[in-house]
Amino acid sequence: MTSAPPIATYFQHLSEGRFMIQRSASTGEWVFYPRIIAPRTGATDLEWVEPSGLGTVYAATVKRVKPPAKNISIAIVELDEGPRLMTHVQAMRAEEVFIGMRVRAKVVDGPDEDKIVVFEADRAE
Amino acid sequence: MTRGEHLRGKTAFVGAATFGCGESPGYTAIELAAEAARLAIADAGLTPSQIDGLFICLPSDFFSGLTIAEYLGIRPAMTNNSRTGGSAFLTHAEWAMLALDAGLIDHALICYGSNQRTGAGKLVSAQMPSLFEAPYHPNNPVASYALAASRHMYEFGTTSEQLASVAVAARQWANLNPEAFRRGPLSTDDVLATRLVADPLHVGDCCLVTDGAAAVVMTRADRAKDLQKIPVALLGAASATWHFEIAQLADLTVSAAKESGQRAFAQAGLTPADIDVVNLYDAFTINTILFLEDLGFCPKGEGGPFVASGQIGPGGSLPVNTNGGGLSFCHPGMYGLFTIVESIRQLRGEGGDRQVSGAKLALAHGNGGTLSSQATCILGLPETV
Repeated sequence: MTSAPPIATYFQHLSEGRFMIQRSASTGEWVFYPRIIAPRTGATDLEWVEPSGLGTVYAATVKRVKPPAKNISIAIVELDEGPRLMTHVQAMRAEEVFIGMRVRAKVVDGPDEDKIVVFEADRAE
Repeated sequence: MTRGEHLRGKTAFVGAATFGCGESPGYTAIELAAEAARLAIADAGLTPSQIDGLFICLPSDFFSGLTIAEYLGIRPAMTNNSRTGGSAFLTHAEWAMLALDAGLIDHALICYGSNQRTGAGKLVSAQMPSLFEAPYHPNNPVASYALAASRHMYEFGTTSEQLASVAVAARQWANLNPEAFRRGPLSTDDVLATRLVADPLHVGDCCLVTDGAAAVVMTRADRAKDLQKIPVALLGAASATWHFEIAQLADLTVSAAKESGQRAFAQAGLTPADIDVVNLYDAFTINTILFLEDLGFCPKGEGGPFVASGQIGPGGSLPVNTNGGGLSFCHPGMYGLFTIVESIRQLRGEGGDRQVSGAKLALAHGNGGTLSSQATCILGLPETV
């Protein structure tokens, strides 16, 4: 069993500006979202690890909103470590986000109380 | 041995009804469901007090089994208001099949009703956003299906025109169904000219928001032959769940319909080539493409060209959603039960102008959540048992 409640721990990390996910020490599998046990294997030896932050857009849509507000990117990013998450790809027009593009994670203030993980085009590659 | 093979044809649908499809101002969801239930029970030649198995799931009443039992004045031995989203009613048929075959109940009622159009003016859903989706405020459910569509386009070259052709076929069927809410000419250009909601899905790719209710009655085959309508046998019923939120689906181009379909076909001892009519939950145009592929009616990735070929519309080789579907007939929230009702009507020959000539075998398929829960029922005329 992990030592602290996984979801609370995840958001605590985020509030400190850190994007942390879990990995099973025994199987090496990365896990997101945070869980008490690893999916499929049931492994309980999940540890908090900082992923590379790099990933690839796996699916992408544009949430169309009424002008003058800007349309919003809703995407699923696959982390290089394997897990996927829903997110925004920011710092570009939502309509220009494309599947296969390389992105890098960034922790920013969200629209609600919690910080959120978003992604931007990875210009280093 | 195939799992559930011994259940093939042991139970049958003996009553079916819809009520209040489109707009039913002033009615509550329970009133709509109860009237559909009354009509289905009467269609079977039964009375409410003979119902001893009750299956229901309403958009916002989490105790709907209790509510409708009280409302109808029945005392069911089995009450089930389990919810898996819009697929719930096909899973209800699966459970009713088991309970009937086990002799725990004799007559099962499955019913649904919603006043979401005139009551709320928008989709009413009990689905709560996950902690890991909510901070991004996706315009769900459409955003999740749009993500699946984006991946299908990326992997297989599926086009917006092909998606739109699903809505066009649905409208062509609806134009033959006097009960359909949306009727009139519709072209792919018309669909593509509607507003984008979540790329690549337009308003015209999205199901309707209507009121409506449906109900069916099931019994064992030995009892069914004594009732007043042609019994429609349940030849196979199976379900599958793979995930809840869309980001957790392993491959966005493959749904759990692949498993529910395989299991249902195995139970029924049939293949997709045997099926005369398909009624599936078309919440969005991408659903029809995904489910036709996953259920085995065309190879994975070829759903786009398949639906664009005209084969699923009136006169095509595979009639799909002959009532007009959730896209043009009605969509009162959790649509699943309507796929069973339309399958029964087609097999009974009650389809009127939209009747598929000589239909003997039908497949009904329900979807719940965001491609999350899939359930498949295969129905047949007595001669197919």
